[in-house]
Amino acid sequence: MTEARFELIVLGAGPAGLAAAKAAADSGREVLVLDDNPLPGGQIWRGGPDQAPNARARAAFSALQHPRIAYRPGARLFAAPGPGTLLVELPEGGCRLGYGQLILATGARERFLPFPGWTLPGVFGLGGLQALAKGGYPVAGKRIVLAGTGPLLLAVADTLKARGARVLLLAEQAPLGRVARFAAGLVRHPAKLAQAVALKSRLLGIPYRCSSHVLEASGRERLERLRLSWGGEEGFIDCDYLGCAFGLLPNTETGQLLGCTLAAGAVAVDDYQQTSRPGVYAAGEACGIGGVDKAQIEGRIAGLAAAGRPEEARRLFPARAHARDFADRLAEAFRLEPALLRLARPDTLICRCEDVPLQALQSCSSWREAKLLTRCGMGACQGRTCGPMAETLLGFEPRGSRPPLQPVSLETLVSALSPTDPR
Amino acid sequence: MQYDVIIVGGGIIAAALAESLALAGASVLVLEAQNAGAGVSAAGMGHLVVLDDNPAELALARDGLERWQRRRAVLPAGAEYRECGTLWLARDGEELAEAERKQARNRTLGLDCKLLGRAALYAAEPNLAPGFAGGLLRPDEAVLYPPAACSWLLANAQALGARLLEHCPVAELAEGGVRCADGREFRARAVVLAAGTASPELLPGLPLKPRKGQLAITERYPDLVRHQLVELGYIKRAHAATGDSVAFNVQPRATGQILIGSSRENEDTGAELNWPLLGEMLELAGSMLPALRQCRILRAWTGLRPATPDGLPLLGPVPGRTGLWLATGHEGLGITTALSSAALLAAQILGRKPELDPAPYWPQRFHQLSGSALHA
Ligand SMILES: Cc1cc2nc3c(=O)[nH]c(=O)nc-3n(C[C@H](O)[C@H](O)[C@H](O)COP(=O)(O)OP(=O)(O)OC[C@H]3O[C@@H](n4cnc5c(N)ncnc54)[C@H](O)[C@@H]3O)c2cc1C
Ligand SMILES: Cc1cc2nc3c(=O)[nH]c(=O)nc-3n(C[C@H](O)[C@H](O)[C@H](O)COP(=O)(O)OP(=O)(O)OC[C@H]3O[C@@H](n4cnc5c(N)ncnc54)[C@H](O)[C@@H]3O)c2cc1C
Repeated sequence: MTEARFELIVLGAGPAGLAAAKAAADSGREVLVLDDNPLPGGQIWRGGPDQAPNARARAAFSALQHPRIAYRPGARLFAAPGPGTLLVELPEGGCRLGYGQLILATGARERFLPFPGWTLPGVFGLGGLQALAKGGYPVAGKRIVLAGTGPLLLAVADTLKARGARVLLLAEQAPLGRVARFAAGLVRHPAKLAQAVALKSRLLGIPYRCSSHVLEASGRERLERLRLSWGGEEGFIDCDYLGCAFGLLPNTETGQLLGCTLAAGAVAVDDYQQTSRPGVYAAGEACGIGGVDKAQIEGRIAGLAAAGRPEEARRLFPARAHARDFADRLAEAFRLEPALLRLARPDTLICRCEDVPLQALQSCSSWREAKLLTRCGMGACQGRTCGPMAETLLGFEPRGSRPPLQPVSLETLVSALSPTDPR
Repeated sequence: MQYDVIIVGGGIIAAALAESLALAGASVLVLEAQNAGAGVSAAGMGHLVVLDDNPAELALARDGLERWQRRRAVLPAGAEYRECGTLWLARDGEELAEAERKQARNRTLGLDCKLLGRAALYAAEPNLAPGFAGGLLRPDEAVLYPPAACSWLLANAQALGARLLEHCPVAELAEGGVRCADGREFRARAVVLAAGTASPELLPGLPLKPRKGQLAITERYPDLVRHQLVELGYIKRAHAATGDSVAFNVQPRATGQILIGSSRENEDTGAELNWPLLGEMLELAGSMLPALRQCRILRAWTGLRPATPDGLPLLGPVPGRTGLWLATGHEGLGITTALSSAALLAAQILGRKPELDPAPYWPQRFHQLSGSALHA
């Protein structure tokens, strides 16, 4: 058993976590950064420092060179057995870590909604397909449809096109009016506008349809054909892959495990990014979807506040307000159309781990009942996918979070829990 | 309206009793504070096992097992009934001698069992750690999934006319009926308290304490384990009168998952995991089944067994309280003994002769319950 104590632990090495660690370390704190990926960078810079796409990413990664910052990749937090203690799975086994303060920068994951055929091979998440392609999964020459909402659609199309994929269609669920208003509002965020224009011009020739979504995916063994609704009409497209997701959901499990209050599906924080638990801060997507600008600023505020520099933190409040304004516009423009909640048929699977179809859940009034009667959410993913689906479709109260947060080997658990050597 | 029987609680004990009573034609109302089956019945292992160390416990468990066996064909698939058998493991010669004595006892009782030597043991369970001396197999014991069994029993009862009200906690046991937290009152000739560890809240002074246990479940590893595995040292460890203990108790689920138990705590009655004890329990499991060490644990949870001082349930009338009955205190065997407890108590409530001798389970055996001490 290894045991160590740190003044400050930052969970997550994405934009928010890196910014938080740097701000705290610059203020004199000793910081440990943990992340379960093999490389730092989070969702947006997942290739790590060697593939940093721009100066901004390189600057962010420089935090990891800081003499007061220690960084452990491949470290998965799986339990918080008591105040100030975390159990973590490291590549070499389990360990117990003590902390004085904690910053949660755990990011977000994609939101999925069920439609007939969503579990067919060939159907991916939008960000999931992007990550696969970046990781070398062959997409060249493949016919791909991307469906979902928001700027991520364009970013993923860009990645896939650059790798030789034939992107047939971008299906945006939001109506044109809202998308146009959002685009017009970008004049208040000129940097974003410039990015969007550049992106759009690279994607010339790929049809972008508003008020569009997938109705059904079909195929014998794997995806062959999609039935879509575009602008009120229906049509079919033959394709090899579908990338489909409906925005992002904050990863709140760790916050919940620590007893932090949630608000609107995200970890609730005060002006200084502190959660309802004193000494526990949250920053970035975990406390509300808003993109990289918001994540970095919030990270910096959390790092400064944790390091006892509230005045410096306060100076960043206007910048955060500006970033949150963009987040609000994004949320409003790309809010989900009610039609998306009615795509699943009675026999459409909701919980793919335990094979639970929608009809089995319709008579249940709560998660508790659904679990008792159907085993929904009790499989390998512990409800990470079906949980939000059932909450959105059936109005179940949000689930609690229970240890281990992620499946962990018996050996790791035992070694993390074994008594400390009396050295 | 006046019911024949009101049952307070909706766990497996209440569910089985509701079915037995409804089957006999009684009008039944079941009042459950949360969701039926959401109490300790959702947290237990569901091992249907006959322990032979106490004649009264044995009689009830054996009758319970036989009743489950007779109904296995009509159980729904979700109840995941599997006759995997129980394999008692002997670590050394001393424990193997105990296995032989157990076999002899079981034979006189007419319980099927088979002594396994070292080679036969490893043929039956190839993943066991080396060094075991042998084992004793009880082939007709089984496992099931208690939440599904519980809702099946309640559905049967409802089909026979019983009424179930969920999210309806009972606040008070009144004369000839109950009063619910929302103010509603219901009347019945007989009221049965089957509220598990919460029972003393309604009947203060009841000799019943929660005994916490912990379990962990893995991802799917089909065929890693084939029988419910228990160590012969189990009874020693599990029933150590004081202190916390862990015992090796591993179950193959119908899903291919492995359910790992178990622990007993007497003082801690919170729902939170006891991490150090969980560590001990898992370490023991990993030492007996080394392949488990690489298996991934999906979840760990706790449950509170309703335990009486002598380990036997409380089944029978409350002395001095006309029309009030108890059906609780099943500790770690309530799934096994649900159907036998129900038959035993239903017969008494309806004024019929039960098949088993009811006297060992009567509440009046405790001095707290023998006189008028419980007059509220
Ligand atoms: C044979 C068997 C197999 C199982 N297999 C699996 C499996 O494969 N995967 C799995 O995940 N689980 C499994 N379980 C575990 C079990 O179903 C769950 O742990 C649990 O019983 C149901 O899940 P839960 O999280 O809703 O409830 P629990 O973890 O039991 O939590 C109880 C609920 O009650 C609430 N509660 C209790 N007291 C209070 C209070 N005083 N105030 C407010 N709220 C309160 C809690 O907040 C919580 O929501 C298995 C159980 C059994 C018996
Ligand atoms: C770790 C562990 C492992 C186990 N393994 C096994 C095993 O392998 N085999 C076996 O046979 N047994 C096993 N058991 C034991 C078994 O789970 C219990 O004996 C059995 O479930 C008890 O059932 P019950 O109906 O008495 O209690 P519960 O299921 O707790 O039912 C009581 C019900 O009463 C309700 N209630 C409480 N207060 C009120 C109120 N005021 N008004 C209305 N309703 C109320 C509760 O919500 C609850 O649903 C195990 C237990 C544990 C903890």
